[in-house]
Amino acid sequence: MKEKHNLSYLKELSDGDEVFEKKLIDILKAELPEEIEEYQHNIHSNSLSLVAENVHKLKHKISILGLEKSYEIASDYEKNLKLDCLDLQVEFEGILKNMVEILKKV
Amino acid sequence: MKSIIIDDEKMARSIIGQLISKNENLSLVTEFSNAIEAIKFLNHNEIDLIFLDIHMPKFTGFDLIQTLKNPPKVILITSDKNFALDAFEYECIVDYLVKPIIPERFNKAVQKALKTPSLNNSSKKEEQNDNERELYVNIDRRLIKINFESIKLIEAKGDYIFIKTEGKNYTVHSTMKKIEEKLPDDLFLKIHRSYIINTKKIIDIEDNSVLIDNDVIPVSRSNRPELIKRLNLL
Repeated sequence: MKEKHNLSYLKELSDGDEVFEKKLIDILKAELPEEIEEYQHNIHSNSLSLVAENVHKLKHKISILGLEKSYEIASDYEKNLKLDCLDLQVEFEGILKNMVEILKKV
Repeated sequence: MKSIIIDDEKMARSIIGQLISKNENLSLVTEFSNAIEAIKFLNHNEIDLIFLDIHMPKFTGFDLIQTLKNPPKVILITSDKNFALDAFEYECIVDYLVKPIIPERFNKAVQKALKTPSLNNSSKKEEQNDNERELYVNIDRRLIKINFESIKLIEAKGDYIFIKTEGKNYTVHSTMKKIEEKLPDDLFLKIHRSYIINTKKIIDIEDNSVLIDNDVIPVSRSNRPELIKRLNLL
């Protein structure tokens, strides 16, 4: 089941400044596809240490969207990748799809 | 505190930039998406505080710290608490923040940075103090260190200067004007167009000469008043 997002962190950070909140969401919308593309490229070339770096970076965006359970899965996936293991790949890629969908709506 | 942000993620730079703008103790000078550009900047600019992402491709935050000779204070930014353990190996790191950065925690880290004495300044002072105590002269392609306090007198000899110290004497290709600029004013005084003396080495003074060790040094009429002014006369 897809985890629901929570933008309370962004709201706390923006402190009522809607322009800034929108700016952060726009950055998320711009950066996420680039990071996913880089992740996919490294998956295809089987560069697991680089994939681990990509996941590490993506974790920040997962946390910004308030996806707490997804963050835990990403952390475990990152650990697996560092051990040359692709366990949790399917689950993580589901999280990425969920994030893309969330950003289409906000 | 003049601050910079180094993080390859635009999202993180924007968040930290916003938090800096809301903190009255900080001003954001600039931001970098990679460590190499930041190093170039830091080599030519003085900064009080760096918000530094550990996890950057090719050149990590720790690599950057190791590259800098006198790193300013650093607040590490990381997505992984485990990386922060390595932070204790570096004196310049005052705190670390885990992404996503909570505003309250950010301000606490800044307070910590404000309270931490600047390593940068103290090492610069040490360096400056060293420069105030010694001089390097080029003799036969070797740079030889001479402590100011050991110098008794300096004599001009054509295109050379003759430096007489407590241990050795040195003949150096230079001018009186150049060495005069390097010597500390409180210790040295030009008493003749061809002589600079260390006033602490004076044994006695006659009308128009000074005795230093076994050397009688002439005092020119124009320099005599300044010499007398320096003496603790009874």
